[in-house]
Amino acid sequence: MSAAVDLVPFEEALKRYDPVIGLEVHVELGTRTKMFCPAEVEFGGEPNTQVTPVSLGLPGALPVVNRTAVESAIKIGLALNCQIAESCRFARKNYFYPDNPKNFQTSQYDEPIAFDGWLDVELEDGEIFRVEIERAHMEEDAGKNTHVGGTGGRIQGAEYSLVDYNRAGIPLVEIVTRPITGAGERAPEVARAYVHALRDIFRTLDVSEARMERGNVRADVNLSLRATPDSPLGTRTETKNVNSFRSIERAVRYEVSRQAAVLDASGTIVQETRHWHEDTSSTSSGRPKSDAEDYRYFPEPDLVPVAPSRDWVEELRAALPELPAERRRRLHAEWGYADAEMRDVVNAGALDLIEATVAAGTSAAGARKWWMGELARKAKSDEVELADLPVTPAQISELQGLVDSGRINDKLARQALEGVLAGEGDPTAVVQARGLEVVSDDGPLLEAIDAALAAQPDIADKIRGGNLGPVGAIIGAVMKATRGQADAGRVRELVLERVS
Amino acid sequence: MTDLTRLTAAEMAARLSAGTVTSVDLTQAHLDRIAAVDGDVHAYLHVNAEEALATARDVDARRAAGEDLHPLAGVPIAIKDVVVTQGIPTTAGSKILEGWVPPYDATLVERVRAAGMPILGKTNMDEFAMGSSTEHSAYGPTRNPWDLTRIPGGSGGGSAAAVAAFAAPLAVGTDTGGSIRQPGAVTGTVGVKPTYGGISRYGLIAMASSLDQAGPVTRTVLDSALLHELLGGHDPRDSTSVPEVVPPVVDAARQGASGDLAGVRIGVVKELSGDGYQAGVSARFEESLEVLRGLGAEIVEVSCPNFEYALGAYYLIMPAEASSNLAKFDGMRFGLRVEPDEGPVTAERVMSATRGAGFGDEVKRRIILGTYALSAGYYDAYYGSAQKVRTLIQRDFDAAFEQVDVLVSPTAPTTAFELGSKLDDPLAMYLNDIATIPANLAGVPGMSLPNGVSDDGLPVGFQILAPAKQDHRMYRVGAALETALEKSWGGPLLEQAPELEEKA
Repeated sequence: MSAAVDLVPFEEALKRYDPVIGLEVHVELGTRTKMFCPAEVEFGGEPNTQVTPVSLGLPGALPVVNRTAVESAIKIGLALNCQIAESCRFARKNYFYPDNPKNFQTSQYDEPIAFDGWLDVELEDGEIFRVEIERAHMEEDAGKNTHVGGTGGRIQGAEYSLVDYNRAGIPLVEIVTRPITGAGERAPEVARAYVHALRDIFRTLDVSEARMERGNVRADVNLSLRATPDSPLGTRTETKNVNSFRSIERAVRYEVSRQAAVLDASGTIVQETRHWHEDTSSTSSGRPKSDAEDYRYFPEPDLVPVAPSRDWVEELRAALPELPAERRRRLHAEWGYADAEMRDVVNAGALDLIEATVAAGTSAAGARKWWMGELARKAKSDEVELADLPVTPAQISELQGLVDSGRINDKLARQALEGVLAGEGDPTAVVQARGLEVVSDDGPLLEAIDAALAAQPDIADKIRGGNLGPVGAIIGAVMKATRGQADAGRVRELVLERVS
Repeated sequence: MTDLTRLTAAEMAARLSAGTVTSVDLTQAHLDRIAAVDGDVHAYLHVNAEEALATARDVDARRAAGEDLHPLAGVPIAIKDVVVTQGIPTTAGSKILEGWVPPYDATLVERVRAAGMPILGKTNMDEFAMGSSTEHSAYGPTRNPWDLTRIPGGSGGGSAAAVAAFAAPLAVGTDTGGSIRQPGAVTGTVGVKPTYGGISRYGLIAMASSLDQAGPVTRTVLDSALLHELLGGHDPRDSTSVPEVVPPVVDAARQGASGDLAGVRIGVVKELSGDGYQAGVSARFEESLEVLRGLGAEIVEVSCPNFEYALGAYYLIMPAEASSNLAKFDGMRFGLRVEPDEGPVTAERVMSATRGAGFGDEVKRRIILGTYALSAGYYDAYYGSAQKVRTLIQRDFDAAFEQVDVLVSPTAPTTAFELGSKLDDPLAMYLNDIATIPANLAGVPGMSLPNGVSDDGLPVGFQILAPAKQDHRMYRVGAALETALEKSWGGPLLEQAPELEEKA
């Protein structure tokens, strides 16, 4: 462990240093079986039940490449504007560790399946930042170690360790960026937005559930500082397994602050891997990444090269679904939102919800009003994602339909929505059960109007005298008397008829 | 009654199908023979008597019920201990796997079982198939049935000795640099290394993945063909398996036995003769060439200049792959687990202690060599250069096979040497495979068959090499030579071997 250093505040660090980031993102593919054997993959199985002699690394077992995994890797490569290799090989990465059943990982080394791509990442203010992709390659996941008897699941002080090989051999695609320069103070945001964009692409391509909390997507954050954008690249550190969007942003900020402090004190940055600590939002030194780490890569002799035919690649390219960025552009145009409105919708995670609401027959403006208004407030106060609120786009569309048909007004609609969120049923049912419908019979309204005029004779006189200013007071009284269930427009009409 | 164990596998199969012998008789006869001679020979690491007899009874019953059976059904077989067998201990000749019982069958074992062949047991071998004498077995050496003071070759000395000692009619071997052919040569038996990928490697405990190849170990060329045909063919579980049907090896062996080699062009590899080859070995080789010429073959000399570098390239590629393949033996999941004598019991220290205690010297030597050859900064000079040599050797073969149908050479430079005589001189031991290694580097098939005894009275082997996927060519030439030689000897060469003492 390096000695504790005082951190330099991020903003101050940026006055003296230019940060360069690099991201290595691993995504677990959602294939039915593993990368090199027919063991079925399912989240949460009993330990060591999803294994074969191959994924246990038993003597004599041999790997066979999963075609669907190759297809997924090609799709990811295409979505990231990469070249797809005409032929590429797997290699063995040799290192001893109990979660690594063969004591080598079958990966790709100098011949990745996809390379030389880019991804345009949209930042929160709508700025587009292009991230260059060096490569996307296929590999297999390791098993999972559980250390028992120590503190906090750490290996230090543990009595014994258990290994679950269910995860061993699950297909991974690792996407490596080129050094990302020019982000400056936005480096943390770029890092986060890039991983977020990748996550959305994985989901759109349907190659992975891409659930961060299950470790389907894991990021390693490389960071170095240099004096100015013209200086040569500085020494980098690699912070491993930063597994939430927020943590990615924080890890970049932390390393900028830490490295700046080291450099300010005329120290040198050690090229090393660092561990991310979620609880303290800080990193700590792992192992030095120098000569000690020699993986003795060589071409995997148990496999033949993967040579996707150009026909197959073109078939996959033609069948690619609309990618998230294109879709945003299309919906933006279709819905006619202002740029800022669209950005807010995207940032709030409301895009899918609004699209589904519109598809159910509601106007784009109507859908936005609900999701970005009442529901956004509710999500914020409940500290949940919009999509996790107990209401569906179909219900919102039904609710707006009730408003549009005049059966309820906006105020009643908000009450109906409360009922829906409380689990009382669909909007129509809630309106009926709570008796929220607008009073459309003139009889009760006229009674209430007469009562209101009688109760406020001076106002009645003013109106009769042609001063329409105080009509609102009468309408207000009527609305109060009908507990808001009157159509204010109709009330106004009736009041004017009454006094004429 | 004749001694059943002296029959060829083809004769056994014929008698079984004619109903003049049962599989139980055959299996029991071999188990008796094993009990009588294997104390001296030590060809077997594990005898699978109970299961073999159960298989024999089952196949006899199925035959009695009129079931359609494989031609080799009921013929017993021995399997080299580097091949995993479900429910039968498998050690690869190493202490590190002592007591391990695999939970699955190799593909070739599945085929043996499906054919209804009783598995007599697992044969001895150099640890992880690393060696040319079977002296590197962690369970003691196998002895050559021709002379118990001599080595039976290696790594598959157990399979060859079992067949030579009539303790099995058929055996499976594996050949990474000559481990089927060189034991065949020094025990007077037939051994075939098929085209790389011709028989599935799924379930073979790997030494060097790009070189390993399983194949038949028998007493006749036809028997090898029969077994080759059963074991060969595509296996979707082995990505390097040839995606084609087995070449017509049985037909070729039968055709060859008729003795006509008119129009067949045979190339003598210039680089695989001369210095280092024992006089008796060279003499028998020349005589065999005369026999082939007499059968109508055209004999020409061809040059394969890069074969000179084969041994050097082999001893970089093989250890490099082995160092990685053997990493899985770490005491974490199966086999031996040794905890350090003192200090903390961490995974890393258990791995280290297990590997230190479980591997023998030759295995450690090759792991160290391979680790070095692959390490950063040395990879290009060693592994990279070796791969280039490999390509050159493949080109030598391509050029040679444009001129001739098959290539021939002595299988091994010498007859069987004395036990212990080369154990402390690894380089001398490695030189024993000088003629067999090029075929592994190029992936082409090779066969060794007995072609006489040398001046020391010990058997000599004749090697035939064919282009990839043309395995049938060497069966034709081999069967023709075998038939002619046996006619001149008045019977199989093994009849000239001294009788082993049978012990109660």
